[in-house]
Amino acid sequence: MATLYIDNRPYDVKEGKNLLETCLTLGFDLPYFCWHPAMGSVGACRQCAIKIFKDENDTAGRLVMSCMEPVGKETRISLDHPDAEKFRKSVIEWLMTNHPHDCAVCDEGGSCHLQDMTVMTGHNYRRFEFPKRTYVNQYLGPLINHEMNRCIQCYRCVRFYKDYAGGKDLDVYAAHNHVYFGREKDGILESEFSGNLAEICPTGVFTDKTLKQHYSRKWDFTFAPSVCQHCSLGCNIIAGERYGELRQITSRYNGDVNGYFICDRGRFGYEAANSVDRIYQPALKEENVSLNQEYIINDIAALLSTSNCVGIGSPRASLESNFALQQLVGNGNYYSGWSDEEHRLNKAALNILQNRTAEIVSLKQIEQYDSILILGEDLTNTAPMAALTVRQAVRKKPVENAQQNINLATWHDAALREYIQQRHSDLFILHPHSTKLDEIATQVSYSTPHEIAAKGFTIAAAIDATADQVIDQIATSLLNAQKPLIITGTSLFNEPLLAAAEAIVKALKKRGKQPGIFITQADCNSMGLAMMNVPPLSSAFSKLSDSTLIILETDLYRNLSTEKADEIMNLPKRIIVFDHIKSTTSEKADIKVPVGMFSEADGTIVNNEGRAQRFFQVFVPKNEWLKESWRWLSLLKALKDGKAIDENLSISNIQSTLVEALPQFRGIEDAALSEDFRLNGQKVPRAPHRYSGRTAMLSNENVSEPKPPQDIDSPMSFTMEGYRGIPPSSVTPFFWSPGWNSVQSINKFQIEIGGPLHDGNPGVRLVNSNSSITPIDFEQKTEKISLKEFEWQLVPVYHIFGSEELSAKAPAIAELTPKPYLGLNQYSLAKLNLQENDMATIEHHGRAYQLPVRLRAEINNEVALILFGLPQTAFFVKPVIIKIRPASNGITNNNSKHE
Amino acid sequence: MAQKILLKNINIPGINTFEVYRQHGGYAAVEKALKTMSADDVVEEVKKSGLRGRGGAGFPTGMKWSFLAKPEGVPRYLVCNADESEPGTFKDRYLMTHTPHTLIEGMIVSSFALGANTSYIYVRGEMMPQIRILEKAIAEAKNAGFLGKNILGTGYDLEIYVQPGGGAYICGEETALLESLEGKRGNPRIKPPFPAIAGLYGCPTVVNNVESIAAVSWIVVNGGDEYAKIGIGRSTGTKLISASGNINKPGVYEIELGLSVEEFIYSDEYCGGIANGKRLKAVVAGGSSVPILPANLILKLANGQPRLMSYESLAEGGFATGTMLGSGGFIVMDEDACVVRNTWNFSRFYHHESCGQCSPCREGTGWMEKVLHRIEYGHGKMSDIDLLVDVSKKIEGNTICPLGDAAAWPVASAIRHFRDEFEWHVNNPKAAMDGNYGLANYADPIPVVEEAS
Repeated sequence: MATLYIDNRPYDVKEGKNLLETCLTLGFDLPYFCWHPAMGSVGACRQCAIKIFKDENDTAGRLVMSCMEPVGKETRISLDHPDAEKFRKSVIEWLMTNHPHDCAVCDEGGSCHLQDMTVMTGHNYRRFEFPKRTYVNQYLGPLINHEMNRCIQCYRCVRFYKDYAGGKDLDVYAAHNHVYFGREKDGILESEFSGNLAEICPTGVFTDKTLKQHYSRKWDFTFAPSVCQHCSLGCNIIAGERYGELRQITSRYNGDVNGYFICDRGRFGYEAANSVDRIYQPALKEENVSLNQEYIINDIAALLSTSNCVGIGSPRASLESNFALQQLVGNGNYYSGWSDEEHRLNKAALNILQNRTAEIVSLKQIEQYDSILILGEDLTNTAPMAALTVRQAVRKKPVENAQQNINLATWHDAALREYIQQRHSDLFILHPHSTKLDEIATQVSYSTPHEIAAKGFTIAAAIDATADQVIDQIATSLLNAQKPLIITGTSLFNEPLLAAAEAIVKALKKRGKQPGIFITQADCNSMGLAMMNVPPLSSAFSKLSDSTLIILETDLYRNLSTEKADEIMNLPKRIIVFDHIKSTTSEKADIKVPVGMFSEADGTIVNNEGRAQRFFQVFVPKNEWLKESWRWLSLLKALKDGKAIDENLSISNIQSTLVEALPQFRGIEDAALSEDFRLNGQKVPRAPHRYSGRTAMLSNENVSEPKPPQDIDSPMSFTMEGYRGIPPSSVTPFFWSPGWNSVQSINKFQIEIGGPLHDGNPGVRLVNSNSSITPIDFEQKTEKISLKEFEWQLVPVYHIFGSEELSAKAPAIAELTPKPYLGLNQYSLAKLNLQENDMATIEHHGRAYQLPVRLRAEINNEVALILFGLPQTAFFVKPVIIKIRPASNGITNNNSKHE
Repeated sequence: MAQKILLKNINIPGINTFEVYRQHGGYAAVEKALKTMSADDVVEEVKKSGLRGRGGAGFPTGMKWSFLAKPEGVPRYLVCNADESEPGTFKDRYLMTHTPHTLIEGMIVSSFALGANTSYIYVRGEMMPQIRILEKAIAEAKNAGFLGKNILGTGYDLEIYVQPGGGAYICGEETALLESLEGKRGNPRIKPPFPAIAGLYGCPTVVNNVESIAAVSWIVVNGGDEYAKIGIGRSTGTKLISASGNINKPGVYEIELGLSVEEFIYSDEYCGGIANGKRLKAVVAGGSSVPILPANLILKLANGQPRLMSYESLAEGGFATGTMLGSGGFIVMDEDACVVRNTWNFSRFYHHESCGQCSPCREGTGWMEKVLHRIEYGHGKMSDIDLLVDVSKKIEGNTICPLGDAAAWPVASAIRHFRDEFEWHVNNPKAAMDGNYGLANYADPIPVVEEAS
């Protein structure tokens, strides 16, 4: 502990941090631009100037940048010194010389850090009387809008984009007061994290382009704390609504999960909620007419009580919805939406976590590990935020070295990067094809999934061997690391991979290490579904004929081969689908019932590390059908059982039944405060207190303002009425603090800068069972796949945009979705007598499919890559062996392009 | 005749070739240092010599060398700063053009002293001929066994690389130079850490000016004490001065520090007096960034003593009446020169060369340039003058690198000493466009003699 005298008042503070973060932690308002809590200091903007004094006798002091000065044992500073105040004011004056003052038409207005800082310093008179400099803006793709005239040259964008996120195509050009931040030429930003620029930029240079389509000021939104639904990581998000439409997603700080950032799929995938593919009205297959609510619900209830029902749950539906379906159809009749492979994979993932051989690592904790092995997972595309975190993790050792060798503080970002140069701690990637993280890897190797698993077992054996000399480089590195981490996942549909990962952590544990494990999965609630412990689809077959099948928020045709899915869909007498978005399954159903998407619903999902997180309804849609699935299913259950309908069924009610029936979920009630919670007797408002137009908004329908909708599921109100102040972390709908309108107000919500939120980061880790360690199984469960001539092993390639079901429906994401292709290496191309861009004919299950060929030189001879999750590649749902017709056969190869 | 060290043999034909340079005692320092001295001995001699950095800041070279961190297993680098681009300074270019081996010899000895096995000469991009000259000189030296592996059989290895810059003035700042050398944008770094701890590629690095390095050879051959005998006080040795402006004999002169300014301007050995029989109005004594001084203050100190060409004497009087030796860019202005226009010109240069990293310099230099332009072109307001002072004061000392100071000082000093000329520009816009304020009250104190000549 050190003592910091701020304007002669002593404070107990941590030593070694910089003065700026210390002052902000203490609650002082000190303006800044170039510093960012996640990215440290560079001292460029000169905005955070303060006076520092040698000792109590020093009255003159010295003007310093608080972000560049460490807290010493005893430091004396002044924030209010006239020199410092004047200087801070003049920095704003400089920045304003060229800033266009177009706040009224700027997307950032009302949530602008530059506005906040300008007001904070008190600059208000303009002495610069010359024309302002102007720039030509660039087209940066469908996600981010560029408006360079507003730039105040804080350099945060390039520091995030290049240094933090490893992007290559955004840079700083030109010099003096004509510095330009952009691409070399117009074009789509390549980074998967470009959306964060909208939050990183202190003003309106980089803004959310999708928001522009339906713009609203921050103060006019209705917000709710939510959880991203587009991969298994469960990043925390803030979802914003205006005029009954989901309009914006921003990151919601969670010090255990995503920190300050989210990926572009999470930020821009939300438009699926407004897509033309939404199901808004119930429909019968035959007549395809809408029916009134009472009729159809009663009709379904009647159906359910007269026939035997089977339910299929979903890894992208909430725990509550899955549970309500299980309750409705009965325990023995409820199945997951998974194929056998997926079922086994997700169970295996759960088992590894439950065994507790390794530390279960949260997303943010990855940063603490100094030797990382990635076994068959293309993180950038399957769990993007994990890739961003790995990029930070590989800096850990070099940063520690810099501290030891030349006493550099961890926040001294520019100097650290100069000192570290290209050095990074160990990262090993074993994958069938090249990935974006390869550039920071110590060693990469490309092989088939089975070979990767086999290599994993070899590493485990090498670690386990008691020989003094471990020959394997990866094994040596993991053994020598302070904190070794194994990252793997289910994306290659390869069970031995998970077994190999488990063998490695067990071997490490045996050698006295504390290894960490991080397993990514496919969907936002995959872990939750795995924990429910329900049988896979294949077990349902016997019960399906003549049954009434209820399918919950899932597309069987994504999880099963078309043949298999057709088989299932043909067996039951009736199929009822509850979903919010159209899919092959929903279009084949006899009855489809619309339900609410995450923005219209409450629920709990469990992320890949077993953390249960609550997402809250953002707004009450006019369409009364758009309610949580669990609400419909509970209603049906009551009708079916002939019980009284509970109009006020809240999420707490269903959660308590859930926990009783499935005790492994004990704790989910604590993922968020219950609906009874009040602060000073008040609810927490979802809308900022400056929310405008409430009385006018609906005056076209009725001049009397309707009663605002009541939220029976959460302690939040749907309006701006309620508690003013910092709410508990789990029910923080948006970040705002007096004088801090921008997202930077997050500083006021944290215990210390960059630390946990005031009453802890929200979310509850459920997987806690601590079973005994089972012996290591080195038996190679990997059987060698033997291929016949002209046969290849089809391996999925994921793309951040397009491979995930929901986000792919968002127009901006759809624009960025790559065209499907078949990736083959030089050897395979030669063998098939094919050239790049030729059409290859794939034979699979007796059908032929055509895809253009792309050369992927790095891959194995036996591997053919295929883009996963696109409609055109839907025939591929798990690893299969395919036959490709060689061109010399002269059947269907389209060589016309080369003629 | 004063003693010449760097330019002693400058008039010998072919001195730019290895053979002629060697015949005239060249590379003796390498032989002496590598064969008979330890690295620490060389550092000690340089310390004794009192040699101060010739790039502008005047920091003692020996002391800079002794700060170099020497961690195990980490390479150390010597980088020669040949990015000479200060307006009014052209001494390094002259040296490199005419006697490149002086620099190469100095580089070898200095690298040996610092334990560097790879050294770089970072040359301003516009100096393409000099780059070729240096590369040829390096090839010659390598041929003769003075570079490469196992130099002169002493077991010492050294490679020298010439790296052209992109032409940015800021890359003459040592940390921006290192950034540029690493292939990045030439933005200065924040110190600490200093290059001596973490410089090029994160390794301990010394960055020295061409002239400083060139002087090391002589110091090694003749001893630091001999060097310290030349000059005056703490300003030891000789200095190259690039003299330009309204003088009879512009060019590069090697002077012994301590020469009087008056002698330098008026003697025939050096500048040869003001051209066309005009009178001296003002001098920028050390390159465009140092404060401008009117004739009366540059020739005489406040106490009436003559001002000397030395670090201390030129700085005497602080910012009120003094200036700096800087890089030795000596710009002389006669009675017809317009201080406002000159200040605007400098200001335009600093605005253009500001790297754009930190706010005060990035925005302030552009603002000052615009205001000065307005005054010069007859649209100025009286309040502009105070605005300039205010902006320059806020820039000064508050930027990451010294470019902010360099941009602020010429403006602040011009207004300090020539305020009436600025006011005249504001009050007489038409006259200012057509004519000149003239000498006014800055009369050089010795006009009669010069007028007679």
